[in-house]
Amino acid sequence: MSVLAAFQPDWLTVLQAGFMRNAFIAGSIVALASGLIGYFVIVRGSAFATHALAHIGFPGATGAVLVGAPITAGLLVFTLGGALAIGVLGKRAAEREVATGTVLAFATGLGILFGTLATRSANTVTNVLFGNLLAIAPDQLVVFGAFMLVLVVVLAAVYRPLLFASADPQVAEAKGVPVRALGVLFMVLLALVITMAVQVVGTLLLFGLVVTPAATAFMVTARPGAVLAVGSVVSLLSVWIGLVLSVMFNLPPSFFIISVATFAWLVTWGLTRRGRRGVSGSAGAAGAAATH
Amino acid sequence: MSGAGPLLHLHDVSVALGGRTIWSDATFEIPMGAMVAIIGPNGSGKTTLLQLLLGLIPADSGSLEVLGATPRRGSSQIGYVPQNYTAANGEALRARDLVMLGLAGRRWGLRPTSPADRARVDDALRAVDAFEFSDRRMSELSGGQQQRVAIAQALVSDPAVLVLDEPLANLDLRNQREIVALLADLRASRAIGVLVVVHDLNPLLSVLTGAIYLLDGHAHYAGVDAVVSEELLTHLYGTRVRVVRTAQGDLFTRGG
Repeated sequence: MSVLAAFQPDWLTVLQAGFMRNAFIAGSIVALASGLIGYFVIVRGSAFATHALAHIGFPGATGAVLVGAPITAGLLVFTLGGALAIGVLGKRAAEREVATGTVLAFATGLGILFGTLATRSANTVTNVLFGNLLAIAPDQLVVFGAFMLVLVVVLAAVYRPLLFASADPQVAEAKGVPVRALGVLFMVLLALVITMAVQVVGTLLLFGLVVTPAATAFMVTARPGAVLAVGSVVSLLSVWIGLVLSVMFNLPPSFFIISVATFAWLVTWGLTRRGRRGVSGSAGAAGAAATH
Repeated sequence: MSGAGPLLHLHDVSVALGGRTIWSDATFEIPMGAMVAIIGPNGSGKTTLLQLLLGLIPADSGSLEVLGATPRRGSSQIGYVPQNYTAANGEALRARDLVMLGLAGRRWGLRPTSPADRARVDDALRAVDAFEFSDRRMSELSGGQQQRVAIAQALVSDPAVLVLDEPLANLDLRNQREIVALLADLRASRAIGVLVVVHDLNPLLSVLTGAIYLLDGHAHYAGVDAVVSEELLTHLYGTRVRVVRTAQGDLFTRGG
């Protein structure tokens, strides 16, 4: 097997390199951010919006390279624009399949155009599509830290009203909760997380890090605090184990990170399936909106 | 409980949505603690009336008071159960989490719930016979059980009136009867008013004190005896209705 043949005997030395330290810090920040936002993504049923924003970020990243701006700035501008559009138009509008799919296809087309014009090489495009955690620079860590701080502070402030508006918008509206404003705010926070996560696992694999660990946590428990904890631990372990494996076998970290997250999701699904069938089978899960 | 003023007081109220008058000439008063059905054909403005009472839309003209005050969004005096009550994602929340949101869902900042909060949630769950399944996810509950949880959520902030939009829709007969009995029971034990939008008066006839009926662009209120008239019901449903008096109460049938 070529994967095994790629085994690096000196992997422990590589792990101690400076770029690995940056990768671990950036990956951990993104994992924790994903655990936090992923909870609300699932409660709100916004998995598709997450997928869409990641794709809208692609031309932002390659466009930034084209005009000589930082990739983070390009990603932020495009994902924020997309987030505000979805937030203002409403989730239902964003789920008009054909219109949204067309916009996403066009965004991807723009992304490849900007990428080609910018470098005439496939590197930038590959990095944005699949992530490049090992290339995270120290100044990016500062930006990630600032984004994480904003995310934590804002979520701490709006946690309950956001949960109310997400789970039960009609009653929340009647109770005076600013449902629409919170929806837009949520999309802005999601844009921040996606801007970071694209640089770790790329637009194509982002779903597996931002949404999958939270979905795994929901299979285990529905206690809000426990879901946040389990989701964050699963995404942290995915990043850490993925990074170590990538060094051991000298293969892209994105592949291993997503593989660990997917493996955890599959195993949890298998282990909890029997119990859940026993419970919901008799109760007849009426009106259950599917998560995936 | 506020105790101030009647449950509802409307004087010459009309509502319009997008420039179109939905109904007008609503003048009536409903006493505290009443149990009133809101009934009318599809599109007659039943949900619009609820939105008006909840302070979500303004009246186009006239004066309107709920519990002695102009309705405003966010009143803790009104417990609201919307139509087709299902959590956005029933997989994601346990019944008790939803009820807790009725109590703590408006609190900003990181403030953990207190033992007193949790005790109130438990009380509300017990009051609707939902305590034993309160640790289950909403998606694991039947329609009738979900409806009970929704009522517990409306009840947990100790409102003076419960407002329910079609709580009997999508329920089988046994569950309809149980929810009606629960509402009558809550009204008596907590001395609260109940306003309930329904398609069919029959399941509620034995417990109602009156009904608001929306007909031909007007809103009227009548005590329950006046509502159960063949002439009015025939008009309301647009098909011939007969009222049958039985030992258990009045019953009306269509088409006879």
